[in-house]
Amino acid sequence: MELLTKYWLRIVVGLVASVVAVAIPFTSNPTDNLLVAQVFYLAIAAMGLNLLTGFNGQISIGHGAFYGVGAFTSAILVTEHGWYLEATIPVAALLAALLGVIVGFPALRVKGLYLALITLGLSVLFPRVTAKFVDGPGGVPLLQPKRAQVASLIDGLADDQYQYFVCLGVMILLFVLASNLMRSRAGRAMIAVRDQEVAASTVGINVAGVKVGSFALSAAYAGVAGALSVMVTRVADASNPLTYFQLSIEFLIAVVIGGAATITGPFLGAAFLVFVRKRFEGTEAMAPALLGGVLIVAVYVLPDGIVGGYRRLAARLRRSAAADPPAAEPPVLEPPTVPTPST
Amino acid sequence: MQLFIDQVLNGVGTGVIYASVALALVLIYRTTGLLNFAQGEMALFSTFITYWFTEQGIGVVPALMLSVVISFVGGALIERILIRPVEGPDKNPLNVVIVTLGMFLAINSLAQLIFIKPGQEALQMPAIFPKGDLVLGIRTATIGFAVVLVVECVLLYVLLQKTNVGLSLRAVASNPESSRLVGINTGNMLMLGWGLAAALGAVAGTLAATRGSGFDSSLMQQVLVYAFAAAALGGFDSPLGAVVGGLIVGIADSLTIQYIDALDGIELVVPFGLILVVLLVRPNGLFGRTIVERV
Repeated sequence: MELLTKYWLRIVVGLVASVVAVAIPFTSNPTDNLLVAQVFYLAIAAMGLNLLTGFNGQISIGHGAFYGVGAFTSAILVTEHGWYLEATIPVAALLAALLGVIVGFPALRVKGLYLALITLGLSVLFPRVTAKFVDGPGGVPLLQPKRAQVASLIDGLADDQYQYFVCLGVMILLFVLASNLMRSRAGRAMIAVRDQEVAASTVGINVAGVKVGSFALSAAYAGVAGALSVMVTRVADASNPLTYFQLSIEFLIAVVIGGAATITGPFLGAAFLVFVRKRFEGTEAMAPALLGGVLIVAVYVLPDGIVGGYRRLAARLRRSAAADPPAAEPPVLEPPTVPTPST
Repeated sequence: MQLFIDQVLNGVGTGVIYASVALALVLIYRTTGLLNFAQGEMALFSTFITYWFTEQGIGVVPALMLSVVISFVGGALIERILIRPVEGPDKNPLNVVIVTLGMFLAINSLAQLIFIKPGQEALQMPAIFPKGDLVLGIRTATIGFAVVLVVECVLLYVLLQKTNVGLSLRAVASNPESSRLVGINTGNMLMLGWGLAAALGAVAGTLAATRGSGFDSSLMQQVLVYAFAAAALGGFDSPLGAVVGGLIVGIADSLTIQYIDALDGIELVVPFGLILVVLLVRPNGLFGRTIVERV
């Protein structure tokens, strides 16, 4: 009975979500459409970080840099070589993944806090290196594709609607991929490496391969997000040396708030992020203050994020609905929240 | 040759600041085993406190003293309220990283919201040491900074090695379980460690603010990177290493800016390259102890 209701609930929720997702771009104004598109591509980046930190247990404060690589790859190909932006997405993913592999190798030896330190370096260095090698108009490392260069390719869809659907489509594709991956042999290997590295290697998992692979895949997700961001915001900007560092922390916030090691978590986290950004637009210091505060509070009260909190609540409701209070609290089976890197 | 010597001396000046922040990082690492990513922003907040006191007409040195005391209390409170609930042998170490990153964002923005009036660009910290040369073309400020560092080191040394409190602090750092069994209040010692780190940060931040022309809320972000490099080079658990590392990093930075044109604008490659190489080749740094882990 309960299984049945849950099954139907899922179908209903899925249908409603699909209808809403399709209805939004035809019923709201362009600004809001692009805002939702922003949620979509930030969710992709957060999912990338979630694959690495949530499922594989390697922390990164450098995902802003992978995102930036994607953004600048797309922007350069579009503005200087006349590519379609859609065609640049695979290239952006590939280059970001390449950088991911390069970072992944030192990560084999350096763990936990030190890995955080090194990836921090990546996101602090990225805008400076970019500023040195990318010369936008006026000598500023800032590239802006023209409106026509990211215009809609489908007749009947306005630019904003088109961009909305591209971001939505790519996000769904990558989320389904992530969800399936996590149920596959490779995904289980990633989780095993997170939970018990030594044990994982004794059952024949190629620990180094899994770790570097996770880094590459995770970086590719962030790169795709960066490419899509160029389409929506029409800018790749490295003029502020702290932008990409802050982005890195924001991705982490999205993962932690949404729920690490879950599939829906990064999306919810990204939505929260965009909401806070929008709400405090204009008051420059307010949003980071709030995000930082929320991050700290989340670690205390909602250590497994929105999704984890929901699961706990649902489990409690089910138990009280079962009417007979259990003699001893049955252990609730939940995925571990933020992974423990093995020592 | 004179240029080279000038650059080295210049590097010593900045190196002192890096060394102070690195000392603070090491203090926290030794007592709690954490890298405090918010150390730089805590120091920034302290710097703003110093600045606020000077605005009220207090001389810069007494203002700094007040700021040191307030920072000490603030650091201890941060340990008690924010860090301790999420830290411990049975807790996930990544949670503390996340909390310190949250502090990084929040403290920086709070400092801006509280201390910077709208439209204000750079703030001016009054100089602590008189401008000009003292002897042999060495600037007074450089010598003053060096003296401050020496005083810090002596005070820390006396506190850690010659007092009962210092003995307890070291005991907690080396084995929290056992030290609790012999009656040391480990919680207080951890608060003490964080308080000392925050106080060191206040000195470093205020000194950093007196260099150059004015400061803003990004003052400590680069400094933190160099301090991490210094701490990594010296070994994260060695105060002596932090000081030596800080000076080396400071001098290397100053020489890079002067002599290596290819790195113009991306001087930060040097400290990060250093961190990477040290962590890969000699993870315990120059002065750190080797830690043997049991599987």
